[in-house]
Amino acid sequence: MDTKTLETILTTYGPTGHEDRISSVLRDLVAPYADEVYNDKLGNLIALKRGVSGKKIMLSAHMDQIGLVVVAIDEKGFLRVANVGGVNAPLSAGHQVVFENGTRGAVYFERNEKGVGEVKMNNLFVDIGAESREEAEQLVNVGDMCVFAGRFALMGNRLSCSTLDDRICCAALVEAIQKARSEHDVYYVFTVQEEVGLRGAGTAAYAIEPDLGISLDVTGTGDVPEALPMAVELGKGPTVKVMDSSVIVPPAVRRFMENAAAEAGIPFQREVLRGGGTDTGAVQRTRGGVPAGCISIGTRYIHSPVETCDMRDYENAVKLLCACLERKELPIA
Amino acid sequence: MLGRLEQLTNIYGVSGDEGRVRKYLKGALDDMGLAHKTDAMGNLIVHKAGKGRRVMVCAHMDEVGMIVRGVLENGLLAYEAAGLDPRVVISKRVAVGRDDVPGVIGAKAIHLQNREEFKRALAHDELYVDIGAKDRADALKYVKPGDRICFTTKFERLGEDIVKAKALDDRVGCAILLELLKNDYECDLWAVFTVQEELGLRGAKAAVWTAAPDVALVLEGTTANDMPKAKEHEYVTRMGHGPAVTFMDGGTVARPRMFKALQQTAKEAGIPYQFRQGSRGGTDGGAINKALDGCVVGGISVGCRYIHSPASLASVSDIQNAYLLAHAFLQTKKFDEVL
Repeated sequence: MDTKTLETILTTYGPTGHEDRISSVLRDLVAPYADEVYNDKLGNLIALKRGVSGKKIMLSAHMDQIGLVVVAIDEKGFLRVANVGGVNAPLSAGHQVVFENGTRGAVYFERNEKGVGEVKMNNLFVDIGAESREEAEQLVNVGDMCVFAGRFALMGNRLSCSTLDDRICCAALVEAIQKARSEHDVYYVFTVQEEVGLRGAGTAAYAIEPDLGISLDVTGTGDVPEALPMAVELGKGPTVKVMDSSVIVPPAVRRFMENAAAEAGIPFQREVLRGGGTDTGAVQRTRGGVPAGCISIGTRYIHSPVETCDMRDYENAVKLLCACLERKELPIA
Repeated sequence: MLGRLEQLTNIYGVSGDEGRVRKYLKGALDDMGLAHKTDAMGNLIVHKAGKGRRVMVCAHMDEVGMIVRGVLENGLLAYEAAGLDPRVVISKRVAVGRDDVPGVIGAKAIHLQNREEFKRALAHDELYVDIGAKDRADALKYVKPGDRICFTTKFERLGEDIVKAKALDDRVGCAILLELLKNDYECDLWAVFTVQEELGLRGAKAAVWTAAPDVALVLEGTTANDMPKAKEHEYVTRMGHGPAVTFMDGGTVARPRMFKALQQTAKEAGIPYQFRQGSRGGTDGGAINKALDGCVVGGISVGCRYIHSPASLASVSDIQNAYLLAHAFLQTKKFDEVL
């Protein structure tokens, strides 16, 4: 994928619940390759590529990014905010944010004795350069959301950008719909509202009723100073998920993906993620249940403005996904 | 509607024990000539069949309360509470079980407390319901484990615009929903009085399968924290400043079109409104929006000061305007504009 398209996917505005813009960008990219493309009630973007086997595979990557929602505007024009998804308050202070209409803001915190480490969401405020409430209300309203101002930084083989979670996997789906050849009906679903509880994936799976679900998301790594022990490292390949806080991937589904990787000569790692859930869990527990697994891209500093991954892992993730889609026999959990 | 609100708030209807509220509402529906059915969980469902969009409007019948966990040797009752700050129950009058046995939640008198006790709030498991029984055997003549414990606050008007009652959350919603059912709207309307919202949206999780709506309105009582020492950005809502429209809560992020449509409805009809200025807290909307293949949910709430306590306050004009807002939304078929 060319750098410009990747950067567009990564930096288009789309916090949880307000995904229309990124949906529109992705829709333009996938529509030429799909037999059908549509948005459902919650805004999930679905692109279907029909096959002949009668089996349905649902792929998912979430379009939404974490952000801050404006809860109040004070008389001096400062915005008081709350988190949308897992936003760390101390990590937000000192960063620039941007609203849907392009308004820029600076995030800072109410001075306290203990410093920034103790700061909570309701100690933060956003300065949009307004000098009064009236002036601020010309630019933003209560209920509007802002996101970290996207910075796209290529560092050798690695990429740093606040929205790798999960736009890097949205990019992977865009590449896959162009490249993959599958006998099965493949639903490329760009889901909404993952960051607040996997809401879009469940409703999409309910409507599609897939025979197999493969979600794509980022996962943590254990390769930074004082990291929690974790076997995943950047550059050693995409992962086949074993387990996270939302799901234990059925061994049959995991083996299916590992076999696809081994046969195609694609390096991969096995991943157990503590303290994070993914669309995989929501798909798994739809209706009477769905065999569901996940391909993850190891990412450092998740949910910070400087998320970092290895582009070789990204390329191999696309290859692994295509290899799975090209299998004739699908796993039964 | 205010008369109905008085009757509704005075009824004992703790989560899981909504029977009396349901009975009252069934009577009101019968008087209105409306058919209704009760599902396996106790949700009361009114389906006003019509062409067009499947729209669900709901309010929950249950109030926060307690349940008898055990009877002690000395005749005091140990209880379990859900959604109640232990600081609001001390010295309150309650009614226990089917026979409404009167009791009090007492605590050690101030004269007897030592310095440390004096400073610390007592937890629920340090508090007891006293029904005046001599001992365990005596108590068991009147009550038993599993009996519901409800506050006994009576509805009162305070001045021109304010009402005081228990259970404003969410008998205000029930009163508004009953009022809405007097009208006919151009949609396939599913009005649901849900159970066990306070325990985790349990009734709604089931009822949504019956209603299977594309669009839903949730009528709730919500926090009004407009107190002298509170910071303005922590008020959530201000009592008397109009019904509150939700942009986000613990279970939903309002779809942009729904959020705009509710504001547009209010502006067109000249109804005062405010934003629910918070991002947490749950309502039945959290269960409804992600059920089946998804549903676009709008929240209209009445701010209640001292919510989830034996006595809360709300503004009559907020309640009336909340009704007008929901009514205008349905009447002008805004549900067709939010998908």
